[in-house]
Amino acid sequence: MTQNNTVAKTRNNISVALVVNGTGQRFSVAPWTTLLDALRDQLDLTGTKKGCDHGQCGACTVLVDGRRVNSCLTLVVMKDGAEVTTIEGLAPSGGLHPLQQAFIDHDAFQCGYCTPGQICSAAGLIAEGKAKTDDEIRELMSGNLCRCAAYPNIVAAIRQAMSVMVEKP
Amino acid sequence: MINFHYSRASDVADAVQQIRADPAAKFIAGGTNLLDLMKEDVERPSLLIDITRLPLKTVGETAGGGVRIGALVPNSDFSYHPLIEQRYPVVSSAIRAGASQQLRNMASTGGNLLQRTRCAYFYDTVTPCNKRTPGSGCSAINGINRGHAILGTSEACIATHPSDMCVALLALEATVHVAGPKGERAIAIADFHRLPGDTPQRDTNLDRDEIIIAIELPAQGFAKNYTYLKIRDRLSYAFALVSVAVGLEMDGGTIRQARLALGGVAHKPWRDFAAEAALNGQVASPETFRRAADVLLRDAKGFAHNTFKIELARQAAMRALTQAANGTPQSQSNKKIA
Ligand SMILES: Cc1cc2nc3c(=O)[nH]c(=O)nc-3n(C[C@H](O)[C@H](O)[C@H](O)COP(=O)(O)OP(=O)(O)OC[C@H]3O[C@@H](n4cnc5c(N)ncnc54)[C@H](O)[C@@H]3O)c2cc1C
Ligand code: SF4
Ligand code: FES
Ligand code: FES
Repeated sequence: MTQNNTVAKTRNNISVALVVNGTGQRFSVAPWTTLLDALRDQLDLTGTKKGCDHGQCGACTVLVDGRRVNSCLTLVVMKDGAEVTTIEGLAPSGGLHPLQQAFIDHDAFQCGYCTPGQICSAAGLIAEGKAKTDDEIRELMSGNLCRCAAYPNIVAAIRQAMSVMVEKP
Repeated sequence: MINFHYSRASDVADAVQQIRADPAAKFIAGGTNLLDLMKEDVERPSLLIDITRLPLKTVGETAGGGVRIGALVPNSDFSYHPLIEQRYPVVSSAIRAGASQQLRNMASTGGNLLQRTRCAYFYDTVTPCNKRTPGSGCSAINGINRGHAILGTSEACIATHPSDMCVALLALEATVHVAGPKGERAIAIADFHRLPGDTPQRDTNLDRDEIIIAIELPAQGFAKNYTYLKIRDRLSYAFALVSVAVGLEMDGGTIRQARLALGGVAHKPWRDFAAEAALNGQVASPETFRRAADVLLRDAKGFAHNTFKIELARQAAMRALTQAANGTPQSQSNKKIA
């Protein structure tokens, strides 16, 4: 994707190129637009949720260039050229991602508001490959709060998805 | 969030040039502290200079036997880098004790050094705060100050520095490399952060037209006998009430050289040579550790809600020294305090 390594000082909209869920997009944003707001308001991808807007809850977690980040503290203009994956793009078309299936199997939610962030975060966690034990899953998922406290089932779901994905990635 | 100008720096010299040209400009790296403060209207920069495309992203060994970490290396990569895990595990551990994995993926090494206090009044623009608005007063001194400092406070400010990483960097005597209009200079980590005095608006000795380019760890990493122990209100994803970084060089049961630094207790990560002197050359024992902890906290002073932190810090220091001497560092995932 095209990207400029320099941008001269401007307060006007900036044209940004992103690959979102596998599709190249070019759109224009004000410098102060967060990735979270752009996904929801400009690209109509409302799966990603706004909980706190301050990095404290993880509801806005998406993958940028394969790494989990808080989209509420990310400026779109800084991510020109990046690949973004949201909950809508995690699974191959038509199917469910092993994490989505595991969250259903383990009833790993009540209201579901935190779930897209939990699942994107768990996808990042599995890609990082640092969590082996339940304690490590819990610690490395601590950036995702669940007000319904579905935590035990979330850990069980991630454990299941992890074993499925390690067998056939 | 206010509307602001945006630019991208093309190289370090251009970044310095741009920040000099606009007295209300700020650099942005991970954005995890700056954007948060901008959403609260605490920071109101006219221009954000994006430095994330500068080539400051490598970790490498130095000729002097140390390791140099670029200012834009994300906290997570810093923590998991094999050189750091093997040679400086206290730094790996301290970084993992802070924030969340998402935030550590975003947060930069340079930004972590410059993160601002979490004092609730600093964040609340309708209350007086000398750090936010110099001369307006300190709401915390006679307010809710449960999380505030017990060492090195002033009449003007009793805030703490929130970083975990910096506590370990202080224990290891890291160096901060910066570039400015007059070229590059190196600042010892102990001289990087400041005590509040009567200028709490200044957190560090970095000049506003300087950019952090790297930090450097010296050869001695205390990789055998170390720990990072963080005590907080919940088990993860919370700032420290008190934290302790320890590195010991042992000779059998005797401490040859000790490093001991506290977090969450002062306006800067706290290190006290007298406390280390009380450990050096002594047998590692509960008595030795108590004596050192007493020295470390001899000048501690509490406020209405935080006097408990003095005894908490004393106990945490003793426990951390025990963990380090025994070679049983605190795990950051299994939360049982060994
Ligand atoms: C919910 C939450 C919980 C957190 N918990 C913890 C915790 O438990 N422990 C902990 O230690 N931290 C914690 N943090 C803080 C986090 O570690 C910092 O926000 C982060 O390290 C800042 O790095 P950044 O790159 O995002 O900085 P930015 O937000 O990009 O910048 C911060 C400041 O540094 C300046 N700056 C950045 N890079 C440079 C440079 N190279 N040269 C000169 N100036 C520069 C910017 O101008 C700005 O003023 C938490 C943060 C959040 C949001
Ligand atoms: S402690 Fe410091 S940061 Fe907090 S209100 Fe007082 S002056 Fe402001
Ligand atoms: S909305 Fe981003 S962390 Fe809460
Ligand atoms: S399912 Fe309701 S917040 Fe997690």
